[in-house]
Amino acid sequence: MRIEGKGQIDRTRPVSFTFDGHRYQGFAGDTLASALLANDIRLMGRSFKYHRPRGVLTAGSEEPNALVTTGLGPAQEPNVRATTLELHEGLIARSQNRWPSLDWDVMAVNDLAAPFLGAGFYYKTFMWPRKFWEAVYEPVIRNAAGLGALSGEAITEKYERAWAHCDLLVIGAGPAGLMAAQVAAEAGADVILVDEDTRPGGRLNAETLEVDGMPGADWAADLADDLAALPNVRIMARTTVTGAYDGGTYGALERIAPDMAMRPGAPLACFWRIVAKRCILAAGALERPVAFQNNDRPGIMMASAVRAYLNRWDVVPGRNVAVFGNTDDAHRTAADLIAAGVHVSALIDARHHSTTDLDVPFYAGAQVSDATGRKGLEAITISRASGQDKVQADCLAMSGGWNPSVHLTCHMNGRPAWNRDIAAFTPTEGAIPGMVTAGACQGDFSTRACLEAGARAAAEVLEGFGLTLPHVEIPKAEDSAYDITPLWAVPGKGRAWLDFQNDVTVKDVKQAATENFRSVEHMKRYTTQGMATDQGKSSNVVALAVLADATGRGIPETGTTTFRPPYVPVPIAAMGSGAQGKGFAPERFTTSHAASKERGAPMIEAGLWYRPSYFPQPGETHWRQSCDREVNMVRNTVGVADVSTLGKIDIQGPDAAALLDLVYTNMMSTLKVGRVRYGLMLREDGHVMDDGTCARLGEAHYLITTTTAAAGQVMRHLEFVHQCLVPHLDVRFISVTEQWAQFAIAGPKSRALLDDLLDAPVGDLPFMGYGDVTVDEVAARLFRISFSGEHAYELAVPACYGDALFRELLTRAEALGGGPYGMEALNVLRIEKGFITHAEIHGRVTAGDIGMARMISAKKDCIGKAAAARPGLVEEGREQLVGLTPVGAVKELTSGAHLFNQGEEAVRVNDQGYITSVGFSPTFGCFLGLGFLKDGLSRHGEVLRMVDHLRGVETLVKVQDPVQFDPDGGRVRD
Amino acid sequence: MIDLYPITPCAGLLPIEVGAMRLTEVDAGTITSLSPYKGRDDALSDALKAAHGMALPAPNRATGKDGNRAIWFGQRQALLLGPAPDAALSEHAALTDQSDAWAVIRLTGPGSADVLARLVPLDLRDGHFRAGHTARTDLMHMHASLTRISAQAWQIMVFRSFAQTLAHELKTAMQGVAARGGV
Repeated sequence: MRIEGKGQIDRTRPVSFTFDGHRYQGFAGDTLASALLANDIRLMGRSFKYHRPRGVLTAGSEEPNALVTTGLGPAQEPNVRATTLELHEGLIARSQNRWPSLDWDVMAVNDLAAPFLGAGFYYKTFMWPRKFWEAVYEPVIRNAAGLGALSGEAITEKYERAWAHCDLLVIGAGPAGLMAAQVAAEAGADVILVDEDTRPGGRLNAETLEVDGMPGADWAADLADDLAALPNVRIMARTTVTGAYDGGTYGALERIAPDMAMRPGAPLACFWRIVAKRCILAAGALERPVAFQNNDRPGIMMASAVRAYLNRWDVVPGRNVAVFGNTDDAHRTAADLIAAGVHVSALIDARHHSTTDLDVPFYAGAQVSDATGRKGLEAITISRASGQDKVQADCLAMSGGWNPSVHLTCHMNGRPAWNRDIAAFTPTEGAIPGMVTAGACQGDFSTRACLEAGARAAAEVLEGFGLTLPHVEIPKAEDSAYDITPLWAVPGKGRAWLDFQNDVTVKDVKQAATENFRSVEHMKRYTTQGMATDQGKSSNVVALAVLADATGRGIPETGTTTFRPPYVPVPIAAMGSGAQGKGFAPERFTTSHAASKERGAPMIEAGLWYRPSYFPQPGETHWRQSCDREVNMVRNTVGVADVSTLGKIDIQGPDAAALLDLVYTNMMSTLKVGRVRYGLMLREDGHVMDDGTCARLGEAHYLITTTTAAAGQVMRHLEFVHQCLVPHLDVRFISVTEQWAQFAIAGPKSRALLDDLLDAPVGDLPFMGYGDVTVDEVAARLFRISFSGEHAYELAVPACYGDALFRELLTRAEALGGGPYGMEALNVLRIEKGFITHAEIHGRVTAGDIGMARMISAKKDCIGKAAAARPGLVEEGREQLVGLTPVGAVKELTSGAHLFNQGEEAVRVNDQGYITSVGFSPTFGCFLGLGFLKDGLSRHGEVLRMVDHLRGVETLVKVQDPVQFDPDGGRVRD
Repeated sequence: MIDLYPITPCAGLLPIEVGAMRLTEVDAGTITSLSPYKGRDDALSDALKAAHGMALPAPNRATGKDGNRAIWFGQRQALLLGPAPDAALSEHAALTDQSDAWAVIRLTGPGSADVLARLVPLDLRDGHFRAGHTARTDLMHMHASLTRISAQAWQIMVFRSFAQTLAHELKTAMQGVAARGGV
């Protein structure tokens, strides 16, 4: 019910929203929870396991019960806490985990079966038959228990990630955080002040306390405005710090204000990584519930939440409110309610010594032991030594004391320490390097103590920065003592809830202890306490206190479970923002990309690059038709392919040759200027790393090429070798991959094409020769190299001319009966010729395995040479590169298939080798393949079984030389 | 007759304007990498000064001005942007032509630092990354060079082939910043 008051809602701005299909009204400044309470909606959800009716418990991000699903379709977001969901026009929210409706939930039958569904139930019951777990039990359980569901559709909303840097990060803008930020800011430090609420002030917004003679909320708002005006302060509202990480890095989730999030291009949330030299944690404290029979009835709420709804949102959650606690907060709650004109039916203080001046039925040394009213609280039972009273109440404000929010201090393995005075855990100093704690999160529970602690923490940080401490007056504020008599669970027979969200009761924890799950970590996993989306914020300490009692140990000996990030749920969409779909990795396009797309070429990814698979011609309905045509075209006329994606590294300096001799197995220092040599690089472990060409452009100037896939790896390898192994060599290298657009022009008519295209004819450039040429007066590089086995060239021009040259080359090639060819044809051409790619040099093969043992020069050392000579890498029985062709009934080869001797079973122990590359060769009219076969070099002519277990293909294959096309190489040299 | 027409890396992608922010392609002229040989850093710096009027930049620094700038580009590596390199430089350093290898983009306007905060992990606060500062950094998985030209002008360089992805990422971030009204 909404009452007149001085709260922080804007009554001039009514807001309409729907909950479970019904239309309601609230005001700007409301949360969904406060607006629902204002509309007398107490039932907001169903519990996880028993489907018990539940109402809102808290007024903050720790809320376990009031979880809703918002949005429709791809925008559907489950498990949104109604307590932090800002009310906005058009908001659509639905309750969760109920069917057919929140009011009448069929699965509530689970509640009747509760005696059987206690801790360990699943583990004990669904053990047999084993197969049933995945097929039957798990889906049924998952269907019955649970929270909200995702839509199953890809999101369409935008999320963001961002970085921020500061000298000092202040977490929490309550009195301690504000004070710390003020002192640090006035000293000149760069401050980021974050708070998960929509407005600064923390508890001051929820209490009637005064600071500096003015209402606490106003003091906080004024100070925050002053701070925001400073150039060295950045205030981030709606931002929850979710984790503390190495190096002063903190993760934080910022929810964008609803009106802002609706603007075009705006994100829903932003995941921040904040890097801070120092951090002051002023995260406050969370009130803890008391376990008693049926303490989960809708209408039973935390006392702090009752005050928040009353003071901040002008909402009373009941007309007849009882208050139960073990600190003065119970009295404060009753006083606030009475001042607002709400009837308080009972004030129950568990402390025997307590007194009150309030005009209410007062029960000192008493406890609430039961509650009735299934879908909403109707009455409570109060137990005293003298007997029991039943008192009517539609709302019970309960408080078991406060737990400092130590969570972030534990994210790097720190453990909090038990503080007997306040019956709570407080942070261990230095648990997070660079972090100081202040205020309620370290056990300062009066406003004045928080203000002082904030200023003190700032002073400590400023000293570390070497900044002068400014004089800042600490404002006047209440400074009452915190007097608590610990109260965890009220004795009784029925179910008393500890973890509201995961339906864990006192009985479950005791059961765990009985079954010897005595460690708090074991208890947690056995009962699932603290494992839901709220991560046990309300229940952890109470549960471990109950466990301590059940095991006869103290609370400090029992200890806490491990607090891990994130502090609140973070949408994966926020952490991975921008990485959806194509955002997963950047795209690299060649200069010929547009021209290839115009010709309808489907693209294939090669690393980050996009390369054309084939260039379909009218009438071609299958890629094989295009591929076959392109292969024949290269073999008979001329084909053009963009090979710019191959890595190109420019190497210069007096010691360039020495470096190359070290990294290549063969000799590059003897290469003549103007010539090109094929080269092989080994890893330090002796296996082949990459192959490519090496051209000598000048005495002290080389240009090497790498495969597309290994361009980065080779560059890194060169850097490592130079920086770490041979730093004395005077050599410099840099990638020029992107500087040059390079095109292969291959086929018998390639020379004719170039003679006409270049400003001067090719002349007598020999095979494996290099020359500087010009095209339309543009300086270009011409290499006579071949990956197809044909007379071929590669022509490189500065990349800005790539598009123009590619189009020109295609026009000219087509005039000669040729045209472009893609990756498929390129692959077939090289398989016919027995050339390797990374399908063959996949990281486990040696130079010997690919028939290149003699490329490891005997005249010099090279990286990997010693390791390559290890017995295991040269012994007999290694799998060696062979060519393969089908000779069985099935005329197909498949890459990945394995080879077996005829007559032997196709099982692992009989494995003879495997196929790495296959393609249909139009030149030979059959499939050709490359693969590795045990002692393959000496087995040419043998017929083996090829079995592809994965695709279910089997045939007979003949082993042959890898080089099938033009074995003596006459065509490339002519 | 053939006509080799040049196309810039960002042709068809830029300019992009979002709010008061603007993303444009920069014609950086000739781009040359300079890598001083052993013990020749000072000699190269002197030659650079004599020929082009600016010293060899220290790590994470840029020297010179628009149209004639040298920026640190990595270990023992600088880029000369603008003039064709004086022949004397090659006595002291390995020179390579990189004019077409890099997409060179300029981001200007209020909020541009907030845009970059969404894409690069660097501390770009005014007091930490001033005009004339430069860094090689990660920009949404692309290896980029970022140079602060002035308070609200930044030069971003990525490999030419990344131009489309870079424009897309920057546009998305610019829209996010603009929607907040410039954080």
